[in-house]
Amino acid sequence: MSRFDWLSGFLAELHEEHILVRRGSRHELAPAHLLEIDAEEWGRCGRLAALAEYRWGGLWADPLEEGFELFCLLEHQGDYLVLQSRIEEEPPRIDSLAPWFPVAARAERHCRDLLGIEFHDHPDGRRWTRHQGWAEDEAPLRSDFSAHRLPKETPVPADGGYPFEPVQGEGVYEIPVGPVHAGIIEPGHFRFQAVGEQILSMEERLGYVHKGIEKAAVGRDAEGLVRLAARVSGDTTVAHAWAACQALERATGQQPPPRAHQLRGLLCERERVANHLGDIGAICNDVGFAFALAHCSRLRERWQRRSDELFGHRLLMDTLLPGGVAVDIGAEEIHLLHHDHAVLRRELEPFFDLLLDQPSLEDRLLGTGVLLPATARALGCTGHVGKASGQPFDLRSAQPYPPYDRLPMETPLLQAGDVLARVQVRMRELLDSLAWMDTLLDGLEPGEIRREFRTRGPARGLGAVEGWRGEVLVYLRLDAGGRVARYFPRDPSWHHWPALEQIVLGNIVPDFPVCNKSVNASYSGHDL
Amino acid sequence: MLRILGKSLATGVVTEEPPRTEDAELERLGIEVRRHIDRRFGGSLAVREVDAGSCNGCELEIHALNNPYHDVERFGIHFVASPRHADVLLVTGPVSRHMETALLRTYEATPAPKRVIAAGDCACDGGEFGAIYATAGGVEKVLPVDVKIPGCPPSPLRLLKGLLALFAEE
Repeated sequence: MSRFDWLSGFLAELHEEHILVRRGSRHELAPAHLLEIDAEEWGRCGRLAALAEYRWGGLWADPLEEGFELFCLLEHQGDYLVLQSRIEEEPPRIDSLAPWFPVAARAERHCRDLLGIEFHDHPDGRRWTRHQGWAEDEAPLRSDFSAHRLPKETPVPADGGYPFEPVQGEGVYEIPVGPVHAGIIEPGHFRFQAVGEQILSMEERLGYVHKGIEKAAVGRDAEGLVRLAARVSGDTTVAHAWAACQALERATGQQPPPRAHQLRGLLCERERVANHLGDIGAICNDVGFAFALAHCSRLRERWQRRSDELFGHRLLMDTLLPGGVAVDIGAEEIHLLHHDHAVLRRELEPFFDLLLDQPSLEDRLLGTGVLLPATARALGCTGHVGKASGQPFDLRSAQPYPPYDRLPMETPLLQAGDVLARVQVRMRELLDSLAWMDTLLDGLEPGEIRREFRTRGPARGLGAVEGWRGEVLVYLRLDAGGRVARYFPRDPSWHHWPALEQIVLGNIVPDFPVCNKSVNASYSGHDL
Repeated sequence: MLRILGKSLATGVVTEEPPRTEDAELERLGIEVRRHIDRRFGGSLAVREVDAGSCNGCELEIHALNNPYHDVERFGIHFVASPRHADVLLVTGPVSRHMETALLRTYEATPAPKRVIAAGDCACDGGEFGAIYATAGGVEKVLPVDVKIPGCPPSPLRLLKGLLALFAEE
């Protein structure tokens, strides 16, 4: 099967529906295929994409001097299609895609809150990212809104009046949780409706850690952008920085040296190992199996110390730069890493056997927090959440970017969709990453680790990297001076948060933490 | 069960491994912290962590304080679930505007005498995010801060040093 062999069929359907494609390009936002359509056709085009069962992967708008460009990313058989439309109407309006892709609802609300674009026929008119930090008629991402504008009132009041969906019935009660949670985790609000111990519904209210990342990026140079991207979500610092580098490099037609590609791959897999180690321990701890937490956090600490020793940062922040990477390794370091991998594998294999053979653990994880494959598919879940529910998409195998193009990565796939399956996928990914890193180190190319990065513009680029949580996307536009005009990072958490609302249904309230941890969506990566 | 015991016995207590430089410092710092905690707080220091807009990097390192290598509980420092049980608020992030009131309410719910530590570059002065429309640009813009622990994120050892600074101030 060759790439994009489905696209001609889709174009024929557009033609049949009298939807005019203004422009198509394979290069402008490569590796995606770009199709420009009229704003009036946006909704109809979305409907066709939904009927063709494309996966919805993200929506963002780019404010131009006049009007907006609106983008929607779709994926089919491993290939990306980006729909683009120009909105010139003022106030800006366009059809909502949420009736066709329910998972698009929050992205559209985010777009409306930050850019003031109204989505016609949107099923949910409530604010999302906006709390009380700015007014309804203001749009922080527009150029007339100063980045340093102070709020009208400080402290900014709590968003107490947010209208949650009520649930009525005898014995139904509500549990509000957050934004400040009991553990050492990020802030967000969960509204449970329960009967007895059973969860009837759970509604998320996010946006508490909205830091204005999209606005903070505007005007930055390439290095400044990558530094910011490294802090979109601290646990995914490598993947977000890598996606930003990719977008910069594709936009400006520059290639980092082969060794830099390989080292980026190494760093990204190290990040995956660290996070899976931490989460497997924490998931077991959430059902009272502290033994696993003790060992996983011990192994994670050792891993982080090695990262600090060899790459200068315990979480690997700022190890990637536009044009390459910041740190090189020599023969001695490679030997150390091989040794680490062997030691870790020796510890993990019997340890995982032990975990999977604990009846008390199985009793709590098996059948808990099920995400049905059909739901995972509809919500476009990737990473461990998708793979535990029968969704095989993984950028490393679907669109193997360097270094995965020369060194393929096997990915696990399960169908059960419960907490146990998500743990098992993480276990497999962890061991797969260790083996992959060993092969990578054996074939490390000699040569430079960074080429000088020359900024130029105007230009646009798309970044797409498989982070430990799943597919990380970046849209980037550089202005004529080569400075950032628009940066939109799409963390996989945009898909995982709606999945969590489905996962907890019918479970008991005390199992919420373990369900939540098994997904471990990012608040910061979502609130931006 | 036997395998769990076997694994535990085979692993041993990593906290008492032959100290490397860092571990030696940890012991020294930890014991010093312990002395201060004994004197001022009757042997225990209850810490409530509040993420006020961090990227989650600081949280990962604060978590690491509890791992078997650092095991801060042995020094009397423990993390509590409610501000009502806390002596110290450990605040991360540049204080997003949307967390401003929640942070103030958490502070108000903490019984006096209370101390506030700003952990991480963002909490110290806004860090990479600075002060823009969506952030206050540091914890001290919102609350009185007793100690600042810089770092992006601060390592567990730096966090311990920061706790020590809390006592040195007085």
